Amino acid sequence: MSDRPMISIENVSRYYGVYKALDDVSLQIGEGEFFSLLGPSGCGKTTLLRSIAGFDVPTSGEIRIDGVASTLLPANRRPTNMVFQNYAIFPHLDVGENVAYGLKRLRLDAAEERRRVADALDQVRLTGLDRRKANELSGGQRQRVALARALVMRPKVLLLDEPLSALDKKLREQMQVELRSLQQAVGITFILVTHDQYEALALSDRIAVMFGGCIAQVATPKEIYQHPRTRKVADFLGGMNFLRARLLADRKGDVSVDAAKFGTVNLAKPVGFTTSDGHVTVGIRPERLRLLWDDEKAPHELTGRVENRAYFGEVTHLTIGVDGLEQPLSMVETNDYGADDLPVGAEIRLAYDPDAFVLLADDEMGLRAR
Amino acid sequence: MSTAAIASSPEKPAPAKGIRWLHGEEARGLAMISPTLLYALALLLVPVLLVIAYSFWTQNYLEIDRTFTFENYRLALTEPIYRDLFVRSLWISMLTSAITVVFSYPIAWYISFHGGPHKNLWLFLVTIPCWTSYLLRVMSWKVILGYGGVLNTGLMAAGVIDQPITSLLYNANAVVITLVHSWAAFAILPIYVSLQKIDRSLIEAARDLGDGAVRSFLRVTLPLSMPGVISAFLIVMIPTVGDYVTPKLVGGKDGVMIATAIQAQFGKSANWPLGAALSVTTMVLVSLAAAAVVLSLRFAVRRLR
Ligand SMILES: Nc1ncnc2c1ncn2[C@@H]1O[C@H](COP(=O)(O)OP(=O)(O)O)[C@@H](O)[C@H]1O
Ligand SMILES: [Mg+2]
Repeated sequence: MSDRPMISIENVSRYYGVYKALDDVSLQIGEGEFFSLLGPSGCGKTTLLRSIAGFDVPTSGEIRIDGVASTLLPANRRPTNMVFQNYAIFPHLDVGENVAYGLKRLRLDAAEERRRVADALDQVRLTGLDRRKANELSGGQRQRVALARALVMRPKVLLLDEPLSALDKKLREQMQVELRSLQQAVGITFILVTHDQYEALALSDRIAVMFGGCIAQVATPKEIYQHPRTRKVADFLGGMNFLRARLLADRKGDVSVDAAKFGTVNLAKPVGFTTSDGHVTVGIRPERLRLLWDDEKAPHELTGRVENRAYFGEVTHLTIGVDGLEQPLSMVETNDYGADDLPVGAEIRLAYDPDAFVLLADDEMGLRAR
Repeated sequence: MSTAAIASSPEKPAPAKGIRWLHGEEARGLAMISPTLLYALALLLVPVLLVIAYSFWTQNYLEIDRTFTFENYRLALTEPIYRDLFVRSLWISMLTSAITVVFSYPIAWYISFHGGPHKNLWLFLVTIPCWTSYLLRVMSWKVILGYGGVLNTGLMAAGVIDQPITSLLYNANAVVITLVHSWAAFAILPIYVSLQKIDRSLIEAARDLGDGAVRSFLRVTLPLSMPGVISAFLIVMIPTVGDYVTPKLVGGKDGVMIATAIQAQFGKSANWPLGAALSVTTMVLVSLAAAAVVLSLRFAVRRLR
């Protein structure tokens, strides 16, 4: 990230009547960054993206794009282009005319215009389809046309509103790979709105997780997956076993807690962490628990019994009841050793790494990003 | 289960074709529309065929000579009086449709884009004038446009004119004004429907790609609402060509249209074959004019890209 952010959002709020769709959002997005806005449906992602594009005016706050105060600038005067959720392909124009739509205003000479349209179509691998009618395109092709139509304008920022959610799984995974390499090829800032955590993790340089109009955390995919700040973020980014633990020692940079059957665990302490009743929430990801077979030994072990089993092909999800724990533990095991054949009720031993625990703020503690 | 059993199952004897047809979707559909269809056949198609037949016959005082002839068409197309009436009727109806569409479009656009949650109320208000009788509406235009009418006395009271304007009523303009008012609601509705169908994100996409409000309207909204504009144009144009009441009441001598001549042939002059030929010619001319309008509107919109 260079010194000056490409997009700077300062204390932006958006009310619909008394409903707060965006609640004091502040965010900086760097030049050339692939940035994702991740959150459940209705959390305000689209509203935020649309205020960056210029289709929605925040009730308060400031948006700067490439250093220019843009809060009130209309969409057609911003150096941003958008790929709409439904792609918004002009039905009365063919593919070539769709892609050339924004170029017409620039009054390029015909050869230059044709060249740029052809280049854009090459970029999204739609070479030679420019005479195709809009209604003769598949979902994936429509999405590529929408991408080409935006990229041909050479925007400083490309905005994508759930561009892959209408595609089937196979095509979606293929497009994710293409989207990432396209962003690296053109080198401009991409802002992707998605409710799919795997998509955000796989594509982004950084992710902002949103809930109820607020940003809960901004971090790299790895950081956000491994060190979610709150219980809600942890939960949204995949499975997590939550435990209530008693605080034993509260030191400057870390804490010690008594995590029931897991024993004493030391955890890094996030900035601004507090607790009122001497208890904290800690979490461990299901894949950080491991089954022990036969007489295999591990430094940290627990015994339990299989309560439920779900087969997912390459992995099996197990629910393990452990005496002394309120909630059963979920874990994910590869099927190499026969986890898929474990009968319900089987007694098992599992290994864990105390360093894999994270300390999570309960959301009412009001831990906010930044 | 054996493979033979599987293979044979699609060969199960199909119900007899006739019975299947009776139970089919198609049969039910036909049964549903058959009263309307019979009604339309009896009261629309048969009379039209009759009129076409008459147009090739000859009136011999009280009898009809049923030998085939083009004489009526020769008269209809070469007599200067009929030629003038055709031209005027087409001109008045085209002008009326054009003005109606031009006035209706902004109203439909406003309701569709800025009608808020009360779109249906707006549409209801648009149809209110249609609740009064057509005759009453035409008569009220006489009151507005007449020598001592609302417009003249109003303009005189405001000091804009000293003498009443006599050219307001009893001419082609009065016919156009009255027809535009009568048909506005019928033009607003199809345009509104086609505007409603436009995905709003298309207009946003146009803005996003650099168009201002006017350019995005011309390049996206207008082309995509063209089906509505074309149907509005035709809905107004086709019936107004043959309008009889309005020219009779507010048209005066200069506002006479072809329907008056047709009525005369079926009435006073008692020359049904000529009247029929004039009717058929009107139908053909209005169809040609309609086709020309549709093609040129389409062409004009293509040029906007
Ligand atoms: N035009 C609007 N009028 C009223 N409420 C709206 C409007 N647009 C969005 N909202 C509300 O704002 C919230 C955020 O919406 P949105 O940004 O579309 O969420 P997301 O894209 O994350 O699913 C939603 O609860 C939605 O109902
Ligand atoms: Mg959305």
